[in-house]
Amino acid sequence: MNRNLLSIDDLSRDDIERILSRARSFAEVSGREIKKVPTLRGRTVINLFYESSTRTSSSFELAAKRLSADLVNIKSAGSSVDKGESLKDTVQTLSAYDPAAIVIRSPHAGAANLVARWTTASVINAGDGKHEHPTQALLDLYTLNRRRGSLDGLKLWIVGDVLHSRVARSNILAFTRMGCEITLCGPPTLIPREIESLGCEVRYTLEGIEQADVVYALRMQHERMTGSFVPSLREYAARYQIDSRRLSPHQLLMHPGPVNRGVELSSEVIDSPQALIVDQVESGVVVRMAVLYELLAGGPGRAAAGALAPEGVETEPQPA
Amino acid sequence: MSAALDRAPVPPGNLLIRGAHLIDPRAGLDRIGDILVRDGEIAEIGEPGALEAPGGVEVVDAEGLHALPAFVDPHVHLRTPGREDEEDIDSGTRAAAAGGFCAILAMPNTDPVVDTASVLSALRRRAREEARVPVGFTAAITRGQAGEQLTEMAELASEGAAGFTDDGLPVRSAGVLRQALQYQKLAGRTIALHEEDPSLSGKGVMHEGAISAQLGLAGIPAVSESTMVARDAALAGYEDARIHIQHVSARHTVEVIERAKAAGVQITAEATPHHLTLTDQAVMSLDSNFKMNPPLRSEDDRQALIEAVRSGVLDCIATDHAPHAREEKEQPFEMAPMGVTGLETAFAALHTDLVLPGLVGLDLLAERMTAGGEPFGIPATVLKAGAPANIVLVDLAAEWEVGEAGYESRSTNSCFAGRSFTGRVRMTVAGGAVAYRERSFAIGAV
Repeated sequence: MNRNLLSIDDLSRDDIERILSRARSFAEVSGREIKKVPTLRGRTVINLFYESSTRTSSSFELAAKRLSADLVNIKSAGSSVDKGESLKDTVQTLSAYDPAAIVIRSPHAGAANLVARWTTASVINAGDGKHEHPTQALLDLYTLNRRRGSLDGLKLWIVGDVLHSRVARSNILAFTRMGCEITLCGPPTLIPREIESLGCEVRYTLEGIEQADVVYALRMQHERMTGSFVPSLREYAARYQIDSRRLSPHQLLMHPGPVNRGVELSSEVIDSPQALIVDQVESGVVVRMAVLYELLAGGPGRAAAGALAPEGVETEPQPA
Repeated sequence: MSAALDRAPVPPGNLLIRGAHLIDPRAGLDRIGDILVRDGEIAEIGEPGALEAPGGVEVVDAEGLHALPAFVDPHVHLRTPGREDEEDIDSGTRAAAAGGFCAILAMPNTDPVVDTASVLSALRRRAREEARVPVGFTAAITRGQAGEQLTEMAELASEGAAGFTDDGLPVRSAGVLRQALQYQKLAGRTIALHEEDPSLSGKGVMHEGAISAQLGLAGIPAVSESTMVARDAALAGYEDARIHIQHVSARHTVEVIERAKAAGVQITAEATPHHLTLTDQAVMSLDSNFKMNPPLRSEDDRQALIEAVRSGVLDCIATDHAPHAREEKEQPFEMAPMGVTGLETAFAALHTDLVLPGLVGLDLLAERMTAGGEPFGIPATVLKAGAPANIVLVDLAAEWEVGEAGYESRSTNSCFAGRSFTGRVRMTVAGGAVAYRERSFAIGAV
C-alpha cells in the first residue's frame, strides 16, 4: 500500500479487503470495555480541518485515540490559517512536530496531494473539495459488506446531487472496484457531463430503481437548493425523494449524513430497518482505525519502525 | 499604419552566419547557406562559404544548426506595471529572446490597466531603456477592463498602442463591443478578443469533460468560447471591423472561425503551444501549472487545432506567456491563478510534439511562429536581403530538460517543467542586433 491515502485510486482491491478485514478485527476491540490498543503509542496524528465536520473529524479523533496515538486537532477558525498562513507554511510548521500522519479536510480538490508533497508524514484525505472522500467510501463498503457479505454483482443506485459530491466520486471508484454495478440518478443539472467515463450508468428519473439492491441517497446541500440547479425543493423532492413508496422491502438504504429529513429522504425510510445510516456512522471509527493502522503500522517494514509497544503487540490489535 | 515597437538602444549588428540550414518558406529558402548582416540588416544570403567577412564582422559558425526567421509573439504578459515580482520588461524580453522571439506584444491587464495614454507612454519609455527585443504595448478596449466604457482609443492609438484588448476578460456586452468595433474606423488598430461567456464559464477551473467529472472540478465548457466567437464574428462582419481571436482552444471555435473567414469577415486567430501539445488529461495530476484560461481541452479539440494550424484557419502561434508568483501557484488547483509561462519553451515544445511526429512541417511551423504580428500590422519576419535582421539559430538535435538550468523569466510556472524537449534556441538576432546567445553556444569572433 502507498504511504498516503489520497484517493480510492491509491488502493487495489486487495488493499481494500485488507483494510476491511482489519476494521473487522478492530470492531471486536470496540465491543470491549477498554477500547484502546497500543499500536500507535508515542506517535502523533494531526487532524487538520479547513472545513466544518462532525462525523469525520470526531471519528478520526476517536480512531487515533483508540490506537493510543497523540492527537492534535486543528480547525481553520482560530488558528494561524485564520491569520492568512498558506497551506504550505501550515503543513511545514506542523511537520516540524514530526507527526506520523496528517489527516486533512479541505474545501479544495487536490489539497491532500499538495500536503503529501510538503511533508514526510502519511497523509490521509478526509475530503478535498468535491473531489474525493476515500475513508467515507471505505466505511460504506465496510457497512454494506457486514450486512450483505460479498459485494460482487450488487446493484447500487446513487441518487441526488452527484455534481457537488465527493462522496459520490469516491464511492463510484470504490464500489466499482469491489464488483458492484453503479447507476447514478439525479436532475440533469446535478449530474456532471461525461461522468459515465468512470464506468457507471446515468439516469435522470427514478424509473427502474426497484432493480437496485442498495439505494445510496446523497445530501442535497442547502446552498444548491436556492441556485438554479433545481427550480424548487418541492419539485426536487417530488421527483427524487426516497420514500416508502419508492423503497422496496428487499432494498437497503444508505446516506453519508447529515440527512435533510423530508428532502432527499422521508422520515419513515430513515427510521426503517432497511436504513444503514447509523451503522455507517458506527463504522467510521473502526474503518479509520484500520486506515491509520495500515498506513502507519501495517505494511512490511513499517511495523518495525512503528509503535514503541513491545514486540508482537503492534502486528495484531490487542486490548491494552 | 504599423504598430510602434520599443527596445533599449543597441548598436546594429554585423555578423556572418556560416553554414546554417536556412528555412524560410516565405523567401523560398530550404538549403544550407551563409547570411551576412551589416548594420542590422540582412545584406546578403549566399552559398555556403561564398561570403567573406569584412573587418569588424563577427563570424558565427552555425554548421549543423538551422536558421529561421525569428519569431513574433502577439500575446505576452509582462506584468509591468504592478507585478514586477512576477515579470518585468527586462526579464520578460530576456525570456522572449531566449525563446527565439524578436518581437512581442504585451497585454494591458496590468495594475494599473493600460487604459490611458499616460500609462502607455510611461511603459514605452521604460521599454526604450530595458527591452531586449522590440515590444509593442496593447491597450485596453474598456476602462479598467470593466467592460462598460470605451478607453480613449484614438488617443491611445496616436500614443502608439499596438492594438486593443481586454485580454484576461471577455467583452461581456455585445453592445459595448459593437461600439468599439465602430470606433475602430477612427482609432484604427486591431481589436483582440479573449473569448468566453462568463455565464457559461461560471466558476470553472478546467475543461468540462470526463476529467473534470472525475476530479469534481467545475468545468468550463468549450461552448463558452465558441458561442462568444460566433457572436463577435457576426458583429465584426456587420461593422466591417478587424478582430483577432486570442488563444483558440476548441474544435467548435475553429469551425466558427473557418466559416467567418469564408464569409469574408476580417478575422484572424492564434493558438498556443500548450493547447497544441497538451490535453485536460494533464490536469489529473492536479498540478496548478496545468491551470490556464482557456483550459487545456480534449484530444479531439487538440487535433482540430493542429489541423487548423496546418490549414491556416489559425494564423499564428502565441504563447500567452503568463508568469505567476510561486506562492500563488503553490495552492490547491481551484485557488491557484490561471496562466503559464511559455516564451522559453514554445519552439521546443512545438518542434518536439508537432514537427518530430510529422504532424506539422518545420517550414510551416516557422511560418506560423513568425506571423504573430501580422494581425496588428507588423510584417512577418523574413530571411531576405534588405530586410531587418531577425534570425533565430536552432539546434534541432539538442535535447534538454525544461527548467533544469532555470529560466530567464522571473517566474517558473511552466506547464512543461521537467519535460525533455528536442530542439533548442542557440542564438537570437532581434531587430538587427544579437539579443540572445545560449551559454554553451561557442562563437568565434574575428
